Amino acid sequence: MTIIQAEGLKKTYTSKSGPVHALAGLNLSVPQGTVKALLGPNGAGKTTAVKVLTTLIRPDEGTAHIDGIDVLRNPKAARRIIGASGQYAAVDENLTGFENLEMVGRLYHLGARTARKRAQELIEQFELTEAGNRPVKGFSGGMRRRIDLAGALVINPKILFLDEPTTGLDPRSRLALWEIITQLVNDGTTLLLTTQYLEEADHLSDDIAVIDGGKVIAEGTSDQLKAQIGGHRVVVTLVNEADAGAAREILARHGDGTPAVNDRTVEVSVVEGPRALQYVLSDLGEAGIELHDAGMRRPTLDDVFLKLTGHKAEDETSTDSTEMETAK
Amino acid sequence: MTAVTQPAFESVGSPLAQFVSDGWIATRRNLIKIKRVPEILVFTILQPIMFVLLFSQVYAGAMNVPDYVNFLMAGIFAQTVIFGSTFSGAAMAQDLKDGIIDRFRTLPMSPAAVLIGRTNGDLVINSISMLIMMGTGWVVGWRVTTSFWGFLGGVGVLLLFSYSFSWVMALLGMSVRSPEVINNASFMILFPLTFISNAFVPIHNTNPEFPEPTAWTLQNPIVTVIIGIVVMLVIFVPLAVRKFASVSSR
Repeated sequence: MTIIQAEGLKKTYTSKSGPVHALAGLNLSVPQGTVKALLGPNGAGKTTAVKVLTTLIRPDEGTAHIDGIDVLRNPKAARRIIGASGQYAAVDENLTGFENLEMVGRLYHLGARTARKRAQELIEQFELTEAGNRPVKGFSGGMRRRIDLAGALVINPKILFLDEPTTGLDPRSRLALWEIITQLVNDGTTLLLTTQYLEEADHLSDDIAVIDGGKVIAEGTSDQLKAQIGGHRVVVTLVNEADAGAAREILARHGDGTPAVNDRTVEVSVVEGPRALQYVLSDLGEAGIELHDAGMRRPTLDDVFLKLTGHKAEDETSTDSTEMETAK
Repeated sequence: MTAVTQPAFESVGSPLAQFVSDGWIATRRNLIKIKRVPEILVFTILQPIMFVLLFSQVYAGAMNVPDYVNFLMAGIFAQTVIFGSTFSGAAMAQDLKDGIIDRFRTLPMSPAAVLIGRTNGDLVINSISMLIMMGTGWVVGWRVTTSFWGFLGGVGVLLLFSYSFSWVMALLGMSVRSPEVINNASFMILFPLTFISNAFVPIHNTNPEFPEPTAWTLQNPIVTVIIGIVVMLVIFVPLAVRKFASVSSR
C-alpha cells in the first residue's frame, strides 16, 4: 500500500537572481513500511519536497497525500500521524533533553502523564541520560541530533520524515545515528529521508529517488540504479601522470564507454570485468606504463549520479563530504 | 539501545482544552528560559534599577522640574516595558533561525500557541521589571498620589500596552528573520524616540520656544493609549498568527 503519494509538485521562489524552481513537477510514492531516500545535491529540491509533505510549505501546484490524508487540505490531521526532523537540530537550548521531549509530547496532546512517561522512555532508548536533566546548551551536535530525532518519535509516528539527518555530524556520530535509524526501520516505520550522501542512501534505504532540478530523475533500488550504468569498472592508477593519455586509449579499447581520467587515475566501465582487467593489464605492461594500483570495482552511486546528471552529487567544497571520505 | 515497539499514541482532550494546554506549554517554555538565561534577568532587573537611579540621582538636579522623581517614573515605566516587549521580536526570529518553529509547525498544536506563549513571556518579564522599578522608585522618593484603584489601573494600562506591542514585535521578528537586526533596529528606533518624547524631560524644558502641545491625544492620554492597545491587538494578533502558519526556516 502506498502511504506517501505526491503528484506534480511545483514550487517557485523568487530570488534576487530571478525565479528558482525548487520543485518542478516532482512525483513521489512510498509504500508503507519501507524507507525511501531522496538523494541529490544542495538545492536539488529535497528539503522543499519534505517541507511540503510535512505541512510546512504549500506548493504552487500539485497534490500530496499521506496515509490517505490530503496534506494541503487537512494539514492538522496529517500532523497527528507524522514525526519530522529538519536539517538543523530543532531543540530548545534552554530546556533539558527531558523537557524538550516532554514539551513535544504535550503539544501532540498526549496528556501530561503519558508525555512524561514517553519522554523518559526515549531518554533511555536514545542513551540521552546525560542530557536528560541538563539544558541542551553545551551539548555536542550529535547529542542534539539524537534529542531532535527522539522528538520526531514521540508518538511512534506512522510516517517519519528526516531531512539530512546526519549533515554536520562527525563520522562517529553519523554511524551511531545510522544504527538508531536502522533499528526504527526494523520496527516497521515508514521513513522518507533526504541525503546528499550516496553512501547513506545506499546504507539506509530500500529505494532511492535521485532528485535534480526539483524533479525525480531516476528511481529504484541501489542495485537497480547501479545496474543502469553497466557492470564492473576497471580502475588503474598510474605512477606517472604523463602516461594518462596512452592508458586512456588502452582502456577505451577494452571498455564499453568513454574512460574517465582524473589526475593519475583512469577508469572505464566494462562488460566482462575479470577478462577486461587481464587485457588492460597486459596491454599496459606491453606499453611499458608503470602502475601504482589496478583493480575492478562495482559502480557506486557516485557513478550513477554523475551519469544521470552530468555533475557530482556531493558539493566538493563542503567540509562534510571530506568527512564522509574519511568515514569510509 | 533497546528497541521498543509500541502502537502510535492517541491525542486526548477537547479542542478547547488542547488550545489552553498548548498556550500554557508554550508559555512554560518561555518562563524556563527567563529563569535560565542570565542576560534576560540582567535586563529585567538591573537595567530598570540603573535607569531609575541615574535619572533620579544624577540628572534630577539639571532638570529643573519640581518633584522630578514623580515626573520621571511614568516615563521610565513606559520605556522599560516597551523595551521588554522587543524580546518577542528577537525570540521569534531566533526560533525561526534555529528551526524550532518548523518543529512546532509539524505538531498538531494551535498555530497561535507559540505566539501566546512568547507574548506571555514578555508580560512576565515586564511585570517583574515593573515591580523592581516600583521598589527602586519608592526608595528614591516616588509615591502613589492617586487612589489604589487608579494605581492598579495605571499598571494595567502599562502592561496591556506592552503586551499588545509584543505582538507587533513578534510579527516583525518573523518577517525580518534576524535576531540581530531586530535588536539593533528596536534600539535605534525606540531609544531616540523615548528621549525625544517628554518621558524624561518636559517639552518646554528641552525647547522653551516650542508651544505647549494641545493635541487631543495629549489632552486624553489614557483614552489614547487604550485606543492604541485595541488597534494593535485587532490588527497584529491575526496578522502574526497568519504569518506563523506559513513561515518556515530557509
